[in-house]
Amino acid sequence: MSGITKRFGSASVLNNVRFDVCSAEVHVLAGENGAGKSTLVKILAGVHTDFEGQIKINGREVRPRTTLEASALGIAVIHQELSLIGPMSVADNIFLDRMPTRAGFVQDKLQAEQAVACIRQLGLDIDVREPVERFPIAVQQLIEIAKALSQNAKVIIMDEPTSALNAPEAERLFALIRSLKERGCGIVYISHKMEEIERIADRITVLRDGEWIGTTPASELPVTRLIEWMVGRKIEELATRNAPPLGAERLRLENFSVFPEGRNPVVQNVSLSVRAGEILGLGGLQGSGASELFVGLFGGYGHATRGATYLDGKQFRFTAPREAIEAGVAFLTNDRKATGLVLSLSITANVALAALPSLSPGGWLRPTREHAAAVNATAPMRLRAASLDMEVNALSGGNQQKVALAKWLQIEPKVLLLDEPTRGIDIAAKREIYQMINEWTARGAAVLLITSEMPELLALSDRILVMHRGRPTAEFSRANATPEAVLGAAMGSSAVPPSGNHASACKLPIL
Amino acid sequence: MQIAHFVKTITPNRSAPEPAAPNHSSEPSSKSSPLRRCAASPAGRAFAALLLVLIVGMIFNADGAFFKIGTHRDALRQASVYGILACGLTLVIISGGIDLAVGSMLALVAVACAKMAIQFGWSAWLVVPICLILGASCGGVAGFVTARLQVQPFIATLAMMVFARGLAKYASGGMKVSTAVRNPDGTYRYVNVPPLFHFVDNRILGDNVSVVTIIFLLCILVAWLFTAKHRWGRYLYAIGGNEEASRLSGVPVVGAKMFAYVLSGAFAAVAGICQAAQEQQGDPEAGAGYELIGIAMVVIGGTSLMGGRGGIGLTLLGVLTIGYLDKILSINAVPEAGRLMMTGVIIVIAVLTQRRSR
Repeated sequence: MSGITKRFGSASVLNNVRFDVCSAEVHVLAGENGAGKSTLVKILAGVHTDFEGQIKINGREVRPRTTLEASALGIAVIHQELSLIGPMSVADNIFLDRMPTRAGFVQDKLQAEQAVACIRQLGLDIDVREPVERFPIAVQQLIEIAKALSQNAKVIIMDEPTSALNAPEAERLFALIRSLKERGCGIVYISHKMEEIERIADRITVLRDGEWIGTTPASELPVTRLIEWMVGRKIEELATRNAPPLGAERLRLENFSVFPEGRNPVVQNVSLSVRAGEILGLGGLQGSGASELFVGLFGGYGHATRGATYLDGKQFRFTAPREAIEAGVAFLTNDRKATGLVLSLSITANVALAALPSLSPGGWLRPTREHAAAVNATAPMRLRAASLDMEVNALSGGNQQKVALAKWLQIEPKVLLLDEPTRGIDIAAKREIYQMINEWTARGAAVLLITSEMPELLALSDRILVMHRGRPTAEFSRANATPEAVLGAAMGSSAVPPSGNHASACKLPIL
Repeated sequence: MQIAHFVKTITPNRSAPEPAAPNHSSEPSSKSSPLRRCAASPAGRAFAALLLVLIVGMIFNADGAFFKIGTHRDALRQASVYGILACGLTLVIISGGIDLAVGSMLALVAVACAKMAIQFGWSAWLVVPICLILGASCGGVAGFVTARLQVQPFIATLAMMVFARGLAKYASGGMKVSTAVRNPDGTYRYVNVPPLFHFVDNRILGDNVSVVTIIFLLCILVAWLFTAKHRWGRYLYAIGGNEEASRLSGVPVVGAKMFAYVLSGAFAAVAGICQAAQEQQGDPEAGAGYELIGIAMVVIGGTSLMGGRGGIGLTLLGVLTIGYLDKILSINAVPEAGRLMMTGVIIVIAVLTQRRSR
């Protein structure tokens, strides 16, 4: 691939990126969240078709327009979320788009035989007539790889394949990758985990903010330099922090754990404390559990939490968002469309939603009160909307985010949980949101901030707690937080941060 | 929510991609005339559909029958029972759910009402509250199953539909509960039609308006108060629009959904009383398929089956559209077979027009 540029609207997500895979190699694609890795993969897989640049396979220029075309070209993608159809059998899944038929009827026996041959190659011995969903994730992943092989895939792209695997399962996957390599497959491997990259990479390409930073043999890129490549950008001076004098302790968590799906904790034994007026940044990459920590703390998982929560010194346990809101906790979710806003309601109705009981005493709505509240909340944010009665659906991303924030302003929060408050919005809107966060802390609110943008995290946070796979790995003060140290801790790396002082690192043991 | 998801999968492309930030100069509606803007709104479209039906009625007026006041009175009377069901259905559908049980609950209440009013000779002051509580409890059970136990609303209310029908047949012994009361010795005696039935089946204002139509309009008013003026109505819109975002904004999702189903049951009870009064009996087979006509009325009005958008005013327009359509076809002596087929075609056309507005 060369000269790949991809734009979403006016924002370019990939800018003149090049990338190549040779047969029989593992090529790691590395970069922070939002660096453009997934977009690049989607272009290869035929999901995004409107891009600039060219893709060549064995010297021939191609342009996959659908995922089917991509797989015909020998490109297979093993996604983070598997794309198998749960209730269908293993054999049906492997041959979903090209089942052997005679006069239109599926030849089950033949298909099963071929499927068995397919999975045997991977050293797997399972009943191919069983529905896929009965198998553990690790086996499902192998089935997906078997499917890719049966399509004669020459390039297999694996997007964080080990994120759902335990250590022995990951070990088996690495063994499989080695054997695929020997067979001549080119493997594109995306991972956030340092030790994996160190172990399996033959070559590494680093992307940062949609730019190609470099491609080099893995042996020439030690972990410390890899991290430098990934974060080495100038901190934009748009995020400024005017830290107010700190007040008393607002929120304290002791050994807080979250179990959204029953047994496996997504957040494990997190202890933290935030004071009034303070911003505590939560650093971490995908799967760090920080978002789940917010949802669990806010009561979004009901009773599926353990540990103690103190708000202003009093112990609380929120089992429903309503309780948290009444106690003065606000939660800006990381996906305004899916979980933040009701797009079909007006701006006014969205702004009023969380504080509706107090805005409609006796149960009857008071349109003038709601309108006044919406005007008050949105006026300082420079919301660009024709009318406060228009559907939120019609607003741009930045303006939608302001509406979501305005909603939480209504409850006069003591604690603000901000999950990616500036995701996908333009710089002007970002600056306004930073300003509001500053104002809130000046009024005595305690802020917990998750952001995948390193400069933002460093610029806004008074302290940073880094998490990796659900556990806290390090805590930094504003003075000793460097991008390299934070990213290293977020990747669970034991590598000593290259720059910055050694005392900067970890209060808590690293995994 | 589940039904909403189901609908989403069969009618894709309904949600528009995120448009650019609107400002005054580029907003399309500022260029178009007020008339066009009106035609683009769901209310405008529903109104246009009703107008079209009325114009058809004026053209095919069956030798002037369409211009007689009695025709309109009857059209409204015949649409009223469906319309009362549609009031409750509107609340449920706005919340992103569906209620298939309203027809059966109507039959159950009709049987219970006839039994109490005719056979036991109880006072209307006792019969009506009991009927309302009966309907509301049935709705509440269905609401509990779908909201609390998280069974898909389609399934939960389907179960209630079958159950309530069975209960109606059990309570009536499988026979119509009429003024002919069976004596212990096997002979029949006839009792008077109770005053409640006379009152409901009456006409007022110089014989020009049926009482059931007034009841229907009162139901519209009550439903409007809740949807447009009350906090719980706002909750229903919010849940229908985005259940997860609503929950995370502190909306009592389970309570609000149950509230919608309870009201739907109560409206079905009102419809049941009207039905019993008009037929002067309690028929356990009554109301079969009414739920579908009620849903059609709501959807033709322009309330989205995906939830979150719509309103009771639209439902009023939808009720009038289907009611008049049926009446116009019947005064022109179109047989029932033709009427049903026409109604089916009109529903598709109306919904297709509604879709273009988004």
